[in-house]
Amino acid sequence: MKYYDKLIFELSKDGRTGYSLPENRWPDKEDGLPDVLKRTSSADLPQVSEPDVVRHYVNLSDMNFGVDTGFYPLGSCTMKYNPKINEEMSSYHGFAGLHPLQPADTVQGALQIYGELSGWLCALTGMSAFTLNPFAGAHGELTGLMIMRSYHISRGDSGRTRIIVPDSAHGTNPASAAVCGLEVVQVKSTAEGLIDIEDLKPLLDDTVAGIMMTNPNTLGLFEKEIHEIEECVHAAGGLLYYDGANMNALLGKVRPGDMGFDIMHLNLHKTFSTPHGGGGPGAGPVGVAGRLEHLLPEPVVTLSPETGKYVISGQPQGAGRISGFMGNFGVLIKAYAYILSLGKQNVRNVGPYSVLAANYVKESLKDSYKLPIPSLCKHEFVFDGLAKANTGDNGTEVTTLDVAKRLLDYGFHAPTIYFPLLFHQSIMIEPTETESKETLDAFIDAMEKIAGEAVSSPSILKEAPHNTPVSRPDETLAATHPVLTFRQRKSSDNRS
Amino acid sequence: MSKIQEGLLYSGSHEWVKTDGDIATIGISDFAQKSMGNIVYVDMPEEDDEVFRDEEFGAVESVKAASDLYSPVSGTVVERNAALEDEPGLLNRDAYANWIIKVRMSDPSETESLMDAAAYTEFLSKQE
Amino acid sequence: MGFAYFPDTEEDIRAMLSRIGVASLDALYSDVPCDVLFKGEFDIPDAMSEMEVRRRFSELASRNTALTVFCGAGAYDHYSPAVIQSVISRSEFLTSYTPYQAEVSQGTLRYIFEFQSMMAGLTDMDCSNASMYDGPTSAAEAAMMSVACSRRKNKVLLSEALFPHVLQVVETYCRYHGTETCVIPMKDGVTDIAAIEAALASGNVAGIMVPGINRFGIIEDLTGLAGAVHDSGALLIMYSDPSSLAVIRTPGEWGADIVCGDAQTLGIPLNFGGPYLGFLCCRKEFVRKMPGRIVGETVDAGGKRCYVLTLQAREQHIRREKATSNICSNQSLMALYVTVYLSLMGPQGLKRVNGLSYGGAHYLHSELLRTGLFEDPFGKPFLKEFALRSAIPAGRLQKALLDRGIFGALSCGEDLVSFCVTENRTKEEADRLVDAVLSCSSKS
Repeated sequence: MKYYDKLIFELSKDGRTGYSLPENRWPDKEDGLPDVLKRTSSADLPQVSEPDVVRHYVNLSDMNFGVDTGFYPLGSCTMKYNPKINEEMSSYHGFAGLHPLQPADTVQGALQIYGELSGWLCALTGMSAFTLNPFAGAHGELTGLMIMRSYHISRGDSGRTRIIVPDSAHGTNPASAAVCGLEVVQVKSTAEGLIDIEDLKPLLDDTVAGIMMTNPNTLGLFEKEIHEIEECVHAAGGLLYYDGANMNALLGKVRPGDMGFDIMHLNLHKTFSTPHGGGGPGAGPVGVAGRLEHLLPEPVVTLSPETGKYVISGQPQGAGRISGFMGNFGVLIKAYAYILSLGKQNVRNVGPYSVLAANYVKESLKDSYKLPIPSLCKHEFVFDGLAKANTGDNGTEVTTLDVAKRLLDYGFHAPTIYFPLLFHQSIMIEPTETESKETLDAFIDAMEKIAGEAVSSPSILKEAPHNTPVSRPDETLAATHPVLTFRQRKSSDNRS
Repeated sequence: MSKIQEGLLYSGSHEWVKTDGDIATIGISDFAQKSMGNIVYVDMPEEDDEVFRDEEFGAVESVKAASDLYSPVSGTVVERNAALEDEPGLLNRDAYANWIIKVRMSDPSETESLMDAAAYTEFLSKQE
Repeated sequence: MGFAYFPDTEEDIRAMLSRIGVASLDALYSDVPCDVLFKGEFDIPDAMSEMEVRRRFSELASRNTALTVFCGAGAYDHYSPAVIQSVISRSEFLTSYTPYQAEVSQGTLRYIFEFQSMMAGLTDMDCSNASMYDGPTSAAEAAMMSVACSRRKNKVLLSEALFPHVLQVVETYCRYHGTETCVIPMKDGVTDIAAIEAALASGNVAGIMVPGINRFGIIEDLTGLAGAVHDSGALLIMYSDPSSLAVIRTPGEWGADIVCGDAQTLGIPLNFGGPYLGFLCCRKEFVRKMPGRIVGETVDAGGKRCYVLTLQAREQHIRREKATSNICSNQSLMALYVTVYLSLMGPQGLKRVNGLSYGGAHYLHSELLRTGLFEDPFGKPFLKEFALRSAIPAGRLQKALLDRGIFGALSCGEDLVSFCVTENRTKEEADRLVDAVLSCSSKS
């Protein structure tokens, strides 16, 4: 990686063009529009040539770390290998050129992908039906909660406005609940890191819509008491929501439907190998148990038994419309291709191999890093900082942040840090099933070296990273006097 | 150790109050600013907005945290500290010299339930 | 049997199990109750080789019909230059996560900063976020944002002239969120400004959402609207097509406070509806209530210019249930798509795209009127999309076009059909459409 310090605007020169468009031979010109409807100011776009554009963005890409660059043990993000055949299939013109409102008869191939993928996700999760419309995990959560609320309201049970969320949950759970108009009630974790059933029971009354659970939870631990939780919540009239963020641990081995979950989402960009794309696009399909099927958002895709053709329809009883069209279809194609490649034979190994890798790394590093909960983990686990840190004067002790930054120097992406909030120095590591033992060994070795440096030469860690295009950014400056556009940058050059 | 200034009243959510007639000047304690780290933004109500005792009236934000501000008294905002708009870090520099809002109290007796410096010192010792 | 995506050999597995101290892979699930372990066979296909996967996709693709698209309605067939596919295929962009570790994510952070700059420039707003899912969800976020900005008010007015799918998504979100919505009926095919002014008088209004270009393709004349909205203490939200903003009056010029919409029109393929690219821009006084990721400029420890995710105290991972939105990602790669597109187009190219679309649409419009089978119901200015009252029922018309490989004449109201022409369409294609219409009418 090398530092490259240009913005596309800084390459701009009046009169340069990077486009190739046909001559305008149409009789009417847009300056025929009434003046009141015309733009008067300039649009502030750069003027650059095509080679400039290509070189600029290739140079930018060289400052980025990706799964294809190196090991990315980011906890709860499942940074597995993104197969290349999936990308090629997704940009196939036979799909990329389809308009979303084309009549169903003209898009039977696309609808078959939608229909079959929904069916396969049902098979893999034990749910009855899936909508593939949600665009991301958080969007899936929101959709799932809308279904949960609609379920209670449709039964005349409109007082269920509270949702139970464990204290270890991802921040999106309470945020999704709030956007959905639900009041969040937190349930505590036990010292073993699992939901405290004794804390849960008194919360369950007729104001509770349900519980959101991640299983394995954000500590990478399987909620062993799932049967009892399921019985209690259902007995109280609530529903169980499964946050699929950690589904990779269970893929091929355990199905949320079999654990009694009523609603769930999957992150196709985690469990089903579609790339994260620097933050998206992803896809967050939502699955439901049979009695909730009629509440899925519209539009829905179904196979008509009479005609043998796929049809697109509305859903009058459903939770509503949560997307412009039918989800991130280009992403769905990638997950579809991934499941074809895995097949029923290989899918059985996804969960077990990811769990094997996580436990291997955990056992290898537990002397150098504090392991607060020593039990068997699933696909990820959490350390609470270094076992032996140089505890210098106030502010000089080596923290989790320093370990993370130093890892970048060793050529690895940092794990997820300071999450979950149950510990002060959380380091959350998820290796995935697509990393070799040699890669894991090299990572373990780097982590050991860093633990050593933390004692022998802490300043190396405090000042890390040293080998990256930039060193630690001044985040306080960025947030106190935000500069969010090039135009604003030009007008505030005197800031310092 | 956090500083506690004599002569001020304190709330359990770490705001301080100084009263002058029916005007209450409100800020955050040194303990609050320390636990936030570098403050990058202070969300303040507008003049003439109403605030209510123990209800949210704004927030302080650092890079990685946000903390709501709760009003120790009820009343109408008469002034907001405009200096904090440009320089929120003033709260880190001296949490007592830099106030956040001034409120015309609708019920000055509400201050009676607040802690004095000694009570707040004890309150903090149980927290830390 | 080995599998290409799993590196573990038998020997590796043995060595790793022995380090862990368990006997088998099954033992790794000893904490899972026996009765939930899945023991059956999954009802999914057998594993396929890459060649078989390819064959499967070409079969599937053959069940789709490639059509010449003369429809818009929220998804537009604009041209996507070759450079874009080449750039977005870079693994370093494609396979990276959200740029949390700024030191190894300057590529992503920089193009998002460029994206924000370009979107702010096009809409004439101060700030933009790093993008959202799609247009309709960005509209829903904008509606909730106006409520968050207003502190106490809880109602959002929606112009009926917005696309139906946008209205539906906004209404769905608001219904659960607890925000009241009120749809203000159109008048003569456009937003009824007088009706909005009357509705403002009822009070409690946090925001008013109107389209820049409406569901019939008409460019809305919003003269006087911003003043009335601001006098009532509410915010003006515009739903805009960013491509059009190279030539038509901008939300900034109209006095809008928040702008949302879909940037699919900036070079993103139709993709059967996604991934697209929602965007959200606003005036600077509202930036701390804006949902979504935002990138800002700063310096590193050595004083070098660099970029970071900033203003994060707004977001769900810090605010949890108090966040203004639950969104925790952006459609980053699609933002790169648009950034590269706008870099290539520049101000002149984008004007040219609009000129070609305008020219083609007005040609088709006048040719269709010349058939005598249509009339222009509203007679108002449009850019690339327009609605006509059709003497032929919409279903029959659409079918006749499909028979000639054309997708057009989308029903958009009683007796109304819509057409759209982008720079991707030629005169020959437009003439073919008109021929199909004529032959359809002669058969009746």
